[in-house]
Amino acid sequence: MALERSDVEKIAHLARLHIDAAEAQEVAGRISSILALIDQMQSIDTHDVAPLAHPFDAIQRLRKDEVTEVDQREYLQKIAPATQDGLYLVPKVIE
Amino acid sequence: MSRRTVAELSRSLAKGEFSSTELTRDYLARIRAHNALYNAYITVTEDLALAQAAAADARRARGEHGPLTGIPLAHKDIFCIQDVLTTCGSKMLANFVAPYNATVVERFNAAGTVTLGKTNMDEFAMGSSNETSYFGPVRNPWDPERVPGGSSGGSAAAVAADLCAMATGTDTGGSIRQPAAFCGITGFKPSYGRISRWGMIAFASSLDQAGPICKSAEDAALMMNVMAGPDSRDSTCVDSAAPNYMTSLNDPLKGLRIGVPKQHLAKGLGAEVEAALQAALKVFEGLGATVKEVDLPNNHLSVSAYYVIAPAEASANLSRFDGVRYGYRCANPANLEDMYKRSRSEGFGNEVKRRIMVGTYALSAGYYDAYYIKAQQIRRLIKQDFDKAFQEVDVIIGPTTPHTAFKVGEKNDDPVTMYLEDIYTIGVNLAGLPGISIPAGSAKAPNGKPLPIGIQLVGNDFAEARVLNIAHQFQQHTDWHLQRPEV
Repeated sequence: MALERSDVEKIAHLARLHIDAAEAQEVAGRISSILALIDQMQSIDTHDVAPLAHPFDAIQRLRKDEVTEVDQREYLQKIAPATQDGLYLVPKVIE
Repeated sequence: MSRRTVAELSRSLAKGEFSSTELTRDYLARIRAHNALYNAYITVTEDLALAQAAAADARRARGEHGPLTGIPLAHKDIFCIQDVLTTCGSKMLANFVAPYNATVVERFNAAGTVTLGKTNMDEFAMGSSNETSYFGPVRNPWDPERVPGGSSGGSAAAVAADLCAMATGTDTGGSIRQPAAFCGITGFKPSYGRISRWGMIAFASSLDQAGPICKSAEDAALMMNVMAGPDSRDSTCVDSAAPNYMTSLNDPLKGLRIGVPKQHLAKGLGAEVEAALQAALKVFEGLGATVKEVDLPNNHLSVSAYYVIAPAEASANLSRFDGVRYGYRCANPANLEDMYKRSRSEGFGNEVKRRIMVGTYALSAGYYDAYYIKAQQIRRLIKQDFDKAFQEVDVIIGPTTPHTAFKVGEKNDDPVTMYLEDIYTIGVNLAGLPGISIPAGSAKAPNGKPLPIGIQLVGNDFAEARVLNIAHQFQQHTDWHLQRPEV
């Protein structure tokens, strides 16, 4: 299925990406060609086939609900763009 | 000394022919001399390497060494190494100094290996040519006008040019095997879950798998003995202990049943690659194997299903890069949404953004069943095709790639052309199977340079030891894996 510019703008917003108006048309074309490749899947009937989410149909292992990690807040926040008082700083959200 | 296999280097270190420190200095000198051309390394960790080499020599003197103690290796820049830059080939992580070690890194450290540095790769492992790296393309040591393959292109080029003895890689749709084929070396993707993914930056979590990139199946077995095994920190890592992959390398191949997928011999396969494959099959027949055709009727849909599943998982995995806790943050954000959007748009390259958008679209309301569920249904059909084939044969052998390495820039215009490069490798990831690419021939480029050809051996679930055994026996009777480019 071919995407319109407006579709690209909607998807970009969902993915929290900024796409310039100037590049939206080109991006729409490239993604449309990827979707054309993907659409070859529709050539076969799969209505009786159970989806496979994991190659060995495995399920998540559970572990005991115990605290195993130590507090490394200061160390881990050293690589953050901006912190204050042990918190991550972002632009003001509430006016 | 730097041009030998890991097994040879290990024997020389044991005999005291040279020390790990001497060997490490030799590799560091080769990196200084050649990396400007090949661009195989993003980061060279010289101080760390020399410290680890000295520690390895001391450990050997105390008699506390293993086979890989003192062997210099390179890690794909997707593996976190504590206090070392870990970029994943992206501007997004160009300033990211990892605060912890990946399990794979920890295990190599415990084995006493020497870390030479971090290798270049396609951005977030999304690519088949190493051209999507923020740090520039890697050049193929056999012909620098050509790509080394991707996404583990830096690791493959570094091994081929002897800028390390061995390297780690990751493979989501062919990212170990395809660059191994293009660079004339050995690359092994084990079964999904055989090696821990902890500390390996996620691309598509139901497909990603780490593996060895090296010069022989024997070297791959040595590396697997370190890398494989359970890890409580990765819930997808299988619980069972890994076997010793060295002990079965010399098992005879008499009676081995080889299957060749008829779909892999159909149109699209280059004549030189097909000739190399047929010659390799003759070698196996000479060792007592029988060859028959097998049917993988849904293989042609593997690329389509993959380009739903991998982008969908990537769009979720890469949502963590938001400019808040680590990585790139845009300058002067107007508000929170602006910060998210511009940090991500400025930090990610075009291919990564395309795949995030394809994945977001496939998972969005109204399209989930038509794309994501449909792709998972096709994934099951592909798995069932392999299951059926493995009732009749022990191993499936075919080409790794349709042709030899292409030129830098040749396939950049249309992403779909690039995606179809992985037609023989992607199904193996979807089915979670072990697959190895080994050198099996050579073609001549128009400029006269030899270009390596790889063949792929695929085993049943967790049949790593058997696959390595079959590859090793081939390498005992051929010398394609010993050929080296002129560096």
